[in-house]
Amino acid sequence: MNLSYDEVLAKYEPVLGLEVHVELNTNSKMFCGCSTIFGAEPNTQTCPVCLALPGALPVVNEKAIESTIKIGLALNCSIAPFSRFARKNYFYPDMPKNFQISQYDEPICVNGFVDVEIETEDGLKSFRIEIERVHMEEDTGKSLHVGGATGRIHGAQYSLLDYNRAGIPLVEIVTKIIPGTGKYAPEVAKAYVAELRDILRSLGVSDVKMEQGSIRCDVNVSLRLIGAAQLGTRSETKNVNSLRSVERAIRGEMIRHAERLNVGERVVQETRHFQEDTGLTRSGRSKEEAEDYRYFPEPDLVPVAPDVAWIETLRAALPERPSIHRKRLQMAWAVPDKEMAAMINADVLDLVEATVALGAEPIKARSWWLGEISRIANDKDMAISQLNINAQDVAEIVALVTAGELTDKLARQVVEGVIAGEGKPAAVIASRGIKVVNDDSELMAAIDRACMAQPETAEKVRNGHLPAAGALIGMVMKETKGQADAARVRELLLGHLGQL
Amino acid sequence: MSTLSRDDVAKLADLARIQMSEEELVNLAQEFTVILDAVARVQEVASADVAPTSHPLPLRNVFRPDVVVPSLSPAAALSSAPAQEEQRFRVPQILGEE
Amino acid sequence: MIRLSAAEMATKLAAGETTSVALTQLHLDRIAQVDGEVHAFLYLDTEGALLQAAAVDAKRAKGEKLAPLAGVPLALKDVMVQKGIPTTCGSKILEGWRPPYDATVVANLKNNDIVILGKTNMDEFAMGSSTENSAYGPTHNPWDLTRIPGGSGGGSSAALAAFEAPLAIGTDTGGSIRQPAAVTGTVGVKPTYGGVSRYGLIAFSSSLDQAGPCARTVLDAALLHEAIAGHDPRDATSINAPVPQVVAAAKAGDVKGMKIGVVKELNGAGYQPGVRARFEESLELLAKAGAEIIEVSAPNFEYALAAYYLIAPSECSSNLARFDAMRYGLRVGDLDGASAESVMSLTREVGFGKEVKRRIILGTYALSSGYYDAYYGSAQKVRTLITQDFTNAFTKADVLVSPTCPTTAFKIGEKANDPLAMYLNDIATIPVNMAGIGGMSLPSGLADEDGLPVGFQIMAPVMKDERMYLVGAALEAALLSKWGAPLLDQAPILGGRA
Repeated sequence: MNLSYDEVLAKYEPVLGLEVHVELNTNSKMFCGCSTIFGAEPNTQTCPVCLALPGALPVVNEKAIESTIKIGLALNCSIAPFSRFARKNYFYPDMPKNFQISQYDEPICVNGFVDVEIETEDGLKSFRIEIERVHMEEDTGKSLHVGGATGRIHGAQYSLLDYNRAGIPLVEIVTKIIPGTGKYAPEVAKAYVAELRDILRSLGVSDVKMEQGSIRCDVNVSLRLIGAAQLGTRSETKNVNSLRSVERAIRGEMIRHAERLNVGERVVQETRHFQEDTGLTRSGRSKEEAEDYRYFPEPDLVPVAPDVAWIETLRAALPERPSIHRKRLQMAWAVPDKEMAAMINADVLDLVEATVALGAEPIKARSWWLGEISRIANDKDMAISQLNINAQDVAEIVALVTAGELTDKLARQVVEGVIAGEGKPAAVIASRGIKVVNDDSELMAAIDRACMAQPETAEKVRNGHLPAAGALIGMVMKETKGQADAARVRELLLGHLGQL
Repeated sequence: MSTLSRDDVAKLADLARIQMSEEELVNLAQEFTVILDAVARVQEVASADVAPTSHPLPLRNVFRPDVVVPSLSPAAALSSAPAQEEQRFRVPQILGEE
Repeated sequence: MIRLSAAEMATKLAAGETTSVALTQLHLDRIAQVDGEVHAFLYLDTEGALLQAAAVDAKRAKGEKLAPLAGVPLALKDVMVQKGIPTTCGSKILEGWRPPYDATVVANLKNNDIVILGKTNMDEFAMGSSTENSAYGPTHNPWDLTRIPGGSGGGSSAALAAFEAPLAIGTDTGGSIRQPAAVTGTVGVKPTYGGVSRYGLIAFSSSLDQAGPCARTVLDAALLHEAIAGHDPRDATSINAPVPQVVAAAKAGDVKGMKIGVVKELNGAGYQPGVRARFEESLELLAKAGAEIIEVSAPNFEYALAAYYLIAPSECSSNLARFDAMRYGLRVGDLDGASAESVMSLTREVGFGKEVKRRIILGTYALSSGYYDAYYGSAQKVRTLITQDFTNAFTKADVLVSPTCPTTAFKIGEKANDPLAMYLNDIATIPVNMAGIGGMSLPSGLADEDGLPVGFQIMAPVMKDERMYLVGAALEAALLSKWGAPLLDQAPILGGRA
C-alpha cells in the first residue's frame, strides 16, 4: 500500500520547482495609497482603485519597485533594463478587476541563483538553485466562506469579501527546474525557502512570516525514472505554510507520485492543497486544461526602465549575505560544521546571535537554545520561534548562572517558567522562590544535619568510600529544595569528612 | 477564411462569463465570419520587423511615492454593494478554487 | 441668450448682465422644452446645478477672482464618474449607480466653477457611432429628429446643437467626439492622448480613450480644453507638461505660411458628394487665408479600421470584466443555490447590450492563446505603422486634414443591423486615436443633397494641440464670413421659439 521513501528513491529521481510569493512591507498598496496595515476592520483600507470601481486607474508604488530590485540583486539576478506590467485575466470574486496586474514576458529581474548548504551522509553539500525570474504583482482580497462545515470553500453557502488585502504588493520568485537533489529534495527545498526568508529579512523588504502569509510557498514536484531524460508530469502543491511543511509536502508528493506510477497510473497535472494535520495533499483544481489568461501589456501603466545609477546605488547598499554572515559567525565562535548546521536546521541562529550580542558567551548561548529550549519545543511540537522566550531572557539567565546566582538545574526551572508564561526571569525567580543557596555556613549547617542523620554513611566516606557521599549530598539537596549547588555541597562535605 | 463555430463562441462566452442564449451563440458565430475576415487584414502588414505599440506615448517610470492616503470609509466602499454582511461584500457561493 | 457662445455668456456674467442662476435656469427650461424630442440627457441634476450656480454668483458678488468659464453651464457625457450622481455609461448594468468619487475632469470643472447640468446619453460603454446602442433609447439629431446624432457621444453633441447647453464634455476612442460633432454641426476636440486625465473616465479602450471639449465654437472649445487639461498623478498615462496654449491659438486663428496636408487615403471613394464638396471649399478658404495646401500619403491607414476593431475590443473585454455583480451594479439570478459564477454570467448577459457583448467576445478571441499573435499582436504592429505614417506626414505638413466622416447623419435604425457598415463611420477618425495625436472636427457647412451638417477634421502632431485651434479658428472665421450667420441658425426650430 504505502511505499517507503527509500523505495521511491530506488527507482525514481525527483525534479522540483518552487514559487515563492512575498508580501512587501510598503506603507501603501502596489497601485494606490491605501494603508497595508495587517488586521484592520474589514473594508476600511479600500479606495476606487483597489475596489476596481469603474473609472479607477493604477499608479505604481515606487518603493515596491525599489524593494523588488533589491530582491533581484540579492538573488544575483540581472535587472531588466526594460520591463512591463501585464494583465492576467480571469474571474474570481476576491480579485476586483477580474484581472490581476502582474508581469508576463518582461519581468523586472531574471536569471539569478541562490546557494544552499545541507547536511548529507557525506558531510555538508552545496546546491545551487537557479532563479528563473522575479516579478511584481498584486495580492487579492480575503474571502470568508460561510455556511459550510469547516469554513472552507466546499459546501459554503455564501462568501464574505474583505478587500483590505487587495492590491498589496507581491513579489513572485520562481526557480528554474531543480534536478539532481535525489533523496535530499525535501531538505534542499526547505533550505532554499529558509535562505530566501533570511535574505528577504536582511533586506528589510518584508515581514516574511509564513504563519501570517507574508511569504507563501508553492511546491512543484515531478518524478522520472533514474537516468531518464524526459521530465515526468508535475503536480503543484499550495497552502504550504511552514518550513517543516515544505519538507513534508515534497516527501509526501514524491511518495504519492511513485505509488501511482508503480501501478501504471499516470500522475494528473493539477493543483493540490497541503493539509497540515495529515501531511498529505488533497486534490484541488485540475490544470489539465490550463486556464487561458489572455495576457496583454497593461495599457494603464507605462514601462519600467530603472536608471542604472539607481540600481548600482541599491547594489552597493545591500546588506551582508546571510551565508557570508553565517560563515563569519562560525569563525568567530569556532563552531564545527555539524553544530552550525544543527543551529540552522533548528532555526535558532538568529536567536543565538542575539543572545551573544546581549553579553552571553557563544557556547553557553548555543547550549541553551540548541539544548534545553529545543527539547521543550520538540515536546510541545512547536517551532522554537513560537515559544514564549526570547534572546533577552536567555542572556539574563546565562548571566545569572555565570554569577553563581543560579545553578544549571535551577536555570532550567527558570526557563521552564518563562516559557510557561509566568513572566520574565526575574519574575519567575521571585514567584517560585528560586534561590541558590551558596552561603557556605548555611550549607555546612545542612551538611552537619545530614551527617548526624546518617552517621554510618558519613563514616563510610571518612574511610575513603567516596560514592557513599551521594546519599548525603542528596539529603542536603532535598533539604535545600534543590537550590544548593550540588558541586559545592560535595566539595564542602568531602572537606568536612577529610577526603579532600 | 476564418470561422468560429457555435461551440467556439460558447467557449469564449464562458471565458467572458456571459450566459448567452442559443440564438445569440449561433448569430455571433455567423457575424464573426465576416468580422474576422475584415480584421484579419492586419496580418498583411504586420511583419516580424515591426515592433508592436502598447502605448501611444513613450512615457517611462511613472511612479507614486509610498505614502498612505485616506481610504474610502467602509460605508462609501460598500455603498453600492448588491449585498453586504458584517461590513463585507456578500457574494453567492463560489464554485471554483482560489 | 441660450444661443450665445459660452465665451459670450461668460462675458455677460462677468459684466453682471446676468447671473449664473438665471443662466442655468434658462437652460433647464430649454431642456424641459426640447429634450422630450431630443433625449440628449439621461439625468438632470436640477437641484445640484442651481446650487452650484448660486455658489458661483455668491463668489462673484464677493469680488473673488473667477476662472474664465465660471458660472457657465455644461453637459457631461455619462461615461464620466460624478460623485453622488447616477452614472450609467448608457448601460443597464450600471443603472442607478452613484459613484463615491469624482473623475479628475469633473473635479477640474468644479474648480473652474462650471455648472454641471446633468449626464448625457451615449452608446453603451462608448461602443458605437450613433448612440443607438444606449440601453436607455437613442438620442435624436436636432437637425432632423429621425436621424442619429452620431456616437458614442451623441447626447453631448445633440445638447449643444439643441441649445440645451453651451458646453459639453465628450470622450473619444475612435471618433466618439468628432463624428457626433460633424453630424450635428458643432465643434469637438480629442486632445493629444494623455493631455486630459482618464481618472474617473469609465474605460472602454484604455490606450485609445481620451476626454475632450465639445462646444459650438472653436474658442469655446479652447476655453474648456484649458479648464480640463493637465497632468494628473492619478493617471500614469497623463502627460507631465504644461497645458497647451489653445485659447491663445484660437484667438489668433492665423494660418499664414502653414502647410496643410490633405490625406489622400481619407478622401476617396465612399465619401458622400456633399461631404467632399464642403471639404474642398474649406480647403479653398484656408488657401485664401494664406495656407499652403499639399497632398500627403498615409499608406497604412487602410488597415487602421481593422486594427482598431481588434485593439479596442481586446482592451474592453478586460476593462469590462469588473462588471460582475459582486461589488456594485446590477445583480440578477441571486436565488437559492445559485453560484457566484452563474450570477455573474446571467447579470452580464442581461445587463450588457448586443454591441458590447459582440465586442467582448471578439476581444476575448483576439487575446486568446494561439490567436494573440495573429490578431491583437498584429494590430499593435499596425499601430506602429500608422504612427510612422503620421510622423512622416508631419515632416511635410504642420497639420493634416480630412472630412471627419464619410456621410452625413443617417436615419435611426438604418445601419443598426449591419455592424461593419456602422464601423465604417469611423474610418477617418480612428487613425488619430491609434497614433495618440490630437484631432478636431468643426462644421464646414451643409451637404447639398440632404441639408445636413458636414464636419472638417484637423489633425495635429502629439502635444501640438494648439495647431488645431489655430487652423480651426481661421476656417471658422472664414466660413462665418461666408455664411453671414452661425450654421446652427439654419437648424430647425425645436419645441417652439428658441
